[in-house]
Amino acid sequence: MHFYRAHVLVCAGTNCSLRGSRAVRERLAGELARRGLDGEIKVVETGCFGLCEQGPTVVVYPEGVLYCRVTPDDVPELVEEHLLKGRRLERLLYRETAAKAVQTVPQMDFFQGQVRVVLRRCGVIDPDSVEEYIAHGGYQALGKALTQMKPAEVVEEIKASGLRGRGGAGFPTGLKWEFASKAKGDVKYIVCNADEGEPGTFKDRLILEGDPHAILEGMAIAGYAVGARKGYVYIRGEYGLSIQRLERAILQARELGLLGEDIFGSGFGFDVEVRVGAGAYVCGEETALFESLEGGRGEPRLKPPYPTEVGLFGKPTVINNVETLANVPPIIQNGPKWFRQFGTERCPGTKVFTLTGDIVNEGLIEVPMGITLREVIFGIGGGIPGGRGFKMAQTGGTSGGCLPVQLLDVPMDYDELAKVGAALGSGALLVMDDTHCIVDIARVFARFFEHESCGKCVPCREGTMRIHEIVCRIATGEATPKDLDNLEALARTMALACLCPLGQAAPVPVMTTLKYFRDEYEAHIYEKRCPTGTCRTLAGRPALTAAGKGV
Amino acid sequence: MAVATEPKPEARPLVKVTINGTVVEVPAGSTILEAAEKAGVRIPTLCHHPDQAVKGVCRVCVVEVEKSRTLQPACAYPVSDGMVVGTNTPAVREARKVIVELMLSRHPADCLGCARNKRCELQSLAEELGIREVRFPRREKEYPKDTSTPALVRDPSKCVVCRRCVFTCNEVQGVGALFPAYRGHKALVVPAYDSPLAEIVCALCGQCVHACPTGAITERDDTDQVWAALADPSKHVVVQTAPAIRATLGEELGLEPGTLVTGKMVAALRRLGFDRVFDTDFTADLTIMEEGSELIHRLTKGGTLPLLTSCSPGWIKFIEHFYPDLLPNVSTCKSPQQMFGALAKTYYAQKFGLDPASILVVSIMPCTAKKFEAARPEMNSSGYRDVDVVLTSRELGRMIREAGIDFERLEEEPFDEPLGISTGAAAIFGATGGVMEAALRTAYELVTKKELKDIDFTTVRGMAGIKEATVDLDGTKLNVAVAHGLGNARQLLERVKRREKDYHFIEIMACPGGCIGGGGQPIKTTNTVRVRRIEAIYREDARMAIRKSHENPAIIQLYKEFLGEPLGHKSHELLHTHYTPRKRV
Repeated sequence: MHFYRAHVLVCAGTNCSLRGSRAVRERLAGELARRGLDGEIKVVETGCFGLCEQGPTVVVYPEGVLYCRVTPDDVPELVEEHLLKGRRLERLLYRETAAKAVQTVPQMDFFQGQVRVVLRRCGVIDPDSVEEYIAHGGYQALGKALTQMKPAEVVEEIKASGLRGRGGAGFPTGLKWEFASKAKGDVKYIVCNADEGEPGTFKDRLILEGDPHAILEGMAIAGYAVGARKGYVYIRGEYGLSIQRLERAILQARELGLLGEDIFGSGFGFDVEVRVGAGAYVCGEETALFESLEGGRGEPRLKPPYPTEVGLFGKPTVINNVETLANVPPIIQNGPKWFRQFGTERCPGTKVFTLTGDIVNEGLIEVPMGITLREVIFGIGGGIPGGRGFKMAQTGGTSGGCLPVQLLDVPMDYDELAKVGAALGSGALLVMDDTHCIVDIARVFARFFEHESCGKCVPCREGTMRIHEIVCRIATGEATPKDLDNLEALARTMALACLCPLGQAAPVPVMTTLKYFRDEYEAHIYEKRCPTGTCRTLAGRPALTAAGKGV
Repeated sequence: MAVATEPKPEARPLVKVTINGTVVEVPAGSTILEAAEKAGVRIPTLCHHPDQAVKGVCRVCVVEVEKSRTLQPACAYPVSDGMVVGTNTPAVREARKVIVELMLSRHPADCLGCARNKRCELQSLAEELGIREVRFPRREKEYPKDTSTPALVRDPSKCVVCRRCVFTCNEVQGVGALFPAYRGHKALVVPAYDSPLAEIVCALCGQCVHACPTGAITERDDTDQVWAALADPSKHVVVQTAPAIRATLGEELGLEPGTLVTGKMVAALRRLGFDRVFDTDFTADLTIMEEGSELIHRLTKGGTLPLLTSCSPGWIKFIEHFYPDLLPNVSTCKSPQQMFGALAKTYYAQKFGLDPASILVVSIMPCTAKKFEAARPEMNSSGYRDVDVVLTSRELGRMIREAGIDFERLEEEPFDEPLGISTGAAAIFGATGGVMEAALRTAYELVTKKELKDIDFTTVRGMAGIKEATVDLDGTKLNVAVAHGLGNARQLLERVKRREKDYHFIEIMACPGGCIGGGGQPIKTTNTVRVRRIEAIYREDARMAIRKSHENPAIIQLYKEFLGEPLGHKSHELLHTHYTPRKRV
């Protein structure tokens, strides 16, 4: 085995790639070869590291020094200074404040608040190398499950861990597996829901890009637990890199006998196939996903029957989110008690969030369940840029609730967020500062749902269009007080009567903004005035101070 | 014979459900809607249809279920023991009204001019819920009408996307002409590829009309042509009525399903001013002579078997699209409607010294596809278009109402001679299995030269989707099968193609229940209604003096005076036809 004196990790996640990380990597390899250093220093292409806003990021081990916004032109200097002379290149270090440059990764506030279970290998290993995955403990959980545990014991472990679905609904994963394991039928399926459609959410993409084998291992364990021999990963067509890495990982795993027949000589066989979706938001809903995967029009089915009884191709099916499956191997490996040390009693474990909007550290983080919004935004997230005030945060993606400043201390878990009308959802966290108008924000969300409604049930099909219509009227100063009544009646009806979670959640942004920022709506309706001056037709009118007080 | 696979509801354990405070016991697995019916509670519905699988898309039937976070659709949600349901709570009433208003605000407000006025389920729903004002601004759908076919008119602006027609077209008829397309508020049910109906695989059976709760699909209205002809003294207007009409027309005029109105129908047609009131039953008997002879010919001379019947034009269009390889199996006999048209402008004209150019043949049919059949280019063997105008039973009902005829008080009148004389065998053409039974009554006697004692072939009667029987014609075993509804037809054809059995003779009708359930029949046509109409058809058969086609004296006279013999030269010219393979997409 060859030993290197240093490893240079270059992020090849989608966000860093968009910022040119490939050119950095190529320049680095060229530069090392030119100086004859390629035998002692290895360049590793990794998955996402989390600091997407700072990309392309480069980390040099063994010290763990993080360089940000690296361009190809920086490379010769970086090689010369750090890798040859052993001096840090100060100008590319991550700065928490202008004066405070962070030297190594563990010292960063950004990482200190985090607990990395799901992301433990993201940004660390080469996702295209099954050897690196195995070297980091990969496939040990599958080996343990297949050789030391009965399927029912695997189900019990997951139940005991308290793991809940990370796709948004928070349904207990162990219970889902138990239902499927007890469902009648010889043919069962495991489906990995990688149709990450919430705007502002990209955690599943980065997990798949950074650690694809973890998903395959989680799926195989699930298959063993419930008696399924076939798994599908349904993934958005836009996720080119995830698809590529996942398909390569499947080939590698098959080659090593980690997928296919008789894995670890246990007699259990399992294989995985990737199916690419066309990008409809509703196909993230599990039954619409089945319809699409089967080749039909992406539309939700009625429940009951639930997927664990009648799922993909009419067979009992476990469908889990990417992040949920990524949690499975460490739980099997370390036990439920280990898992429960993180998070809260009712929501154990960690949660991966994607931070977007008016926040300093836009990117990917993993934190224990129950952390407060304030800790995430103002701790790890680095606060609001430009010294502006906090107005609201939307949790759970477009269908999530909008939380005002007075709820900054609400613990972030499924139950606590549900109490305030919001949802943990997929883990999107969109932060907005006080320059934004709440009606304008609601209008954007309403337009999104009007566009993404599949049109199957009446309240969603017509209701999403009407909500958008009414909010537009409010934004342009044409609304009457009656419109507000109608908006609320519509929102109540949709939340209660729509066929699937898309329609039921579509009015949530309107309902929560109405609840917490009603004065802003009323200013538009009664005074024909936009308090922030954002709504263009009303912008000529005198603006008052923003409703959000700032922090 | 079809075998019952569903366990009888009684076999399931009973569960207790509380609905609006009333406790009822229903079999486990029942829906809330079924339980509510038992509790005497009416829950409004729209996409629900008694003959269809649950869709649960309109959400009009949502109710409160204790411990459920959201409202649940009563049509779909299964009850469980101890379930507590509220169907009239403030949340339910608000949701229901908002949902119906959402639909109304998109639906054209031209009820008065709509073919489904007073027969529209959306209209009834709005009335039932007491909707006086719609809270959303009108944003009517504005799509052009599809008038591409001579049979059906689609008005997509009136579509509420309940998908009942989609279910019928795909699951019942197995045609697959209609699909939901587009997303969100632009979602709409459209023909495949959003093409005009005439350009796609559509049988024009019109079963979608029965599925539709509104006026989004209707028959093409041809009554104006008939009114004009009746008012034109230079025209000699004759009318023929299909076997099924006498068992259904009453419904269009306010009578109960299953009421036979043969004599009143004839009287009403005379009041409308038709010069002669004839009967398609006459040419139904003729069809049995020709088709029965064709069967015997194919059996004895080694022709293509099984012989498939050809009376149903929706079925003919279906097989032309989907199974063109089986077209040699289809009987070359024209349908009774077309045989009538050809004879009216030849035999009848000659016999009564009329100029065929002045004769206008109107048919009253249970069928929308008949409008297409009459317009087929080959249907002019009389030298003229054989059948000029086809009206459905719905259109005739409208004409009778418009003419101010008090239908119920009409005295019964007989058909005109000679093209109005018929038998019980012809009457049962209107029900599934009827053509088969009529053919067997004649074939038995022609082949065996013996009198058939028990003429009721009950094994081919009834609503089972595919019916099979083996008939002993004095040593010759005849394997026969009957399918109704194109979905069943497809299944039977697949059996034929797999050569599962050596079938000799197969009757196929495009519409469930046969012609009494045709796409032109009164609304609402459901399976329950179909059963009652079928009962009426067999009552008509039973009361007829003659019940075998070959004993019809007018038919015997027709052969003697004009045609010569079955399958003869003149028959070939006037009564037989050929078919056209059509593309599948």
